[in-house]
Amino acid sequence: METYYKPEDLPKFEEIGKEAPDLADKFFDYYGAVFSEGELTEREKSLIALAVAHTIQCPYCIDAFTQSCLEKGSNVAEMTEAIHVVTAIRGGASLVHGIQMRNIVEKLSM
Amino acid sequence: MNSAQSQQEKAVDLKKKSMTIEPFRQTLATHGLKLERDQTTTLQINMGLLCNQTCRHCHLSAGPGRKENMNSETADQIADYAKRCSFEVIDITGGAPELNHNLPNLIERLSSLAPRIMIRSNLSALNDGKRDHLFELFKEYGVVIVASFPSLNQTQTESQRGRGTFSMSIAALRKLKVLGYGADGSGLELNLVSNPTGAFLPSSQPETEKRFHQVLSKKWGIVFNNLFTFANVPLGRFRDWLLKSGNIEKYMEKLSSGFNPCAVEGVMCRTMVSVSWEGYLYDCDFNLARGLPMGGRKIHITEMAGAPESGSPIAGADHCYTCTAGTGFT
Repeated sequence: METYYKPEDLPKFEEIGKEAPDLADKFFDYYGAVFSEGELTEREKSLIALAVAHTIQCPYCIDAFTQSCLEKGSNVAEMTEAIHVVTAIRGGASLVHGIQMRNIVEKLSM
Repeated sequence: MNSAQSQQEKAVDLKKKSMTIEPFRQTLATHGLKLERDQTTTLQINMGLLCNQTCRHCHLSAGPGRKENMNSETADQIADYAKRCSFEVIDITGGAPELNHNLPNLIERLSSLAPRIMIRSNLSALNDGKRDHLFELFKEYGVVIVASFPSLNQTQTESQRGRGTFSMSIAALRKLKVLGYGADGSGLELNLVSNPTGAFLPSSQPETEKRFHQVLSKKWGIVFNNLFTFANVPLGRFRDWLLKSGNIEKYMEKLSSGFNPCAVEGVMCRTMVSVSWEGYLYDCDFNLARGLPMGGRKIHITEMAGAPESGSPIAGADHCYTCTAGTGFT
């Protein structure tokens, strides 16, 4: 079945540089530097990336960073907890806006 | 089409799929490389395929039902061979070598013939309650223990090695600690091996070693010396799983695309000779699993006057991509 998202497109990512190579080079250099070990380990960075991939719901990123997490030594329990962290933040962000709702209700109500 | 035909065609199709990568030999030729022996410094001894576990990544498909097990005559012949050569390292593997009753005598004989004797242990065979004498024997002869410990996570470990293996491994490692294994200055070396628990490549060795040190010490008070991360070799039971799970093609692509020409110089088969439970010689344990004998014919250890000669060719096939991917396999 035809879908907009195709797994075979993921390895073609660098083709995005064909029309704007300078910008692509800058992006991929930056991308590589971001995921190199720094104050955070590569394993920790992959867990963050996996969690963010779920909040932006990017199938390519979920595929890539699931594999990356496994190859950097994370286990599925850690990966699941990471997803719960962003889920909590995402849900919390919705819920905290309920205060705005309450403020408006308060202003409008007798 | 009947069901048997359909299954056969599916198997052929899967086999074809796994063959879409460039053959290993051709990749070597493209890079102007040859796989030849260097000076042989390590003797690897495979005691047989008998094992108490049926690990899903096992390249030899070892298990409790396997009858291949070294007898005392072959064990003696191997010790005689080790005497004719001057190996720096003798590396004993299986199966679970602890299950072979010739192991104690063999270690006693080998201990004076090489400065470093290693045993590859799955930990559960060693700590099954019937082999306390082996703990003492290993300590007495300073045998280096190389133990399988894939993951700090119970689910991952047991998905690879079977139910109950995680807690059995922890118990064995704690017992080894009591004996002094892994402690600075004890002279008793304990190394861990972490293989990926699926169709993916291993994690960075230094980072994983650091994390395993921290977690094992904090949670269970376990100490060890070194940790090695090795890729799984697409042979035996692991290959069967790759085929059944539909991962073979991508896994082979992953290994072959990670080919590092610089890793060829350091692959273990250049400095090792592997001897089977029957006494036949192979360039490595993976070639033994694949049925590729050293020099292209079955040579028995009793035919060998000394170690294999430097410069002689090494048998290889696509499974060799495992040892040349990334930083290599030692």
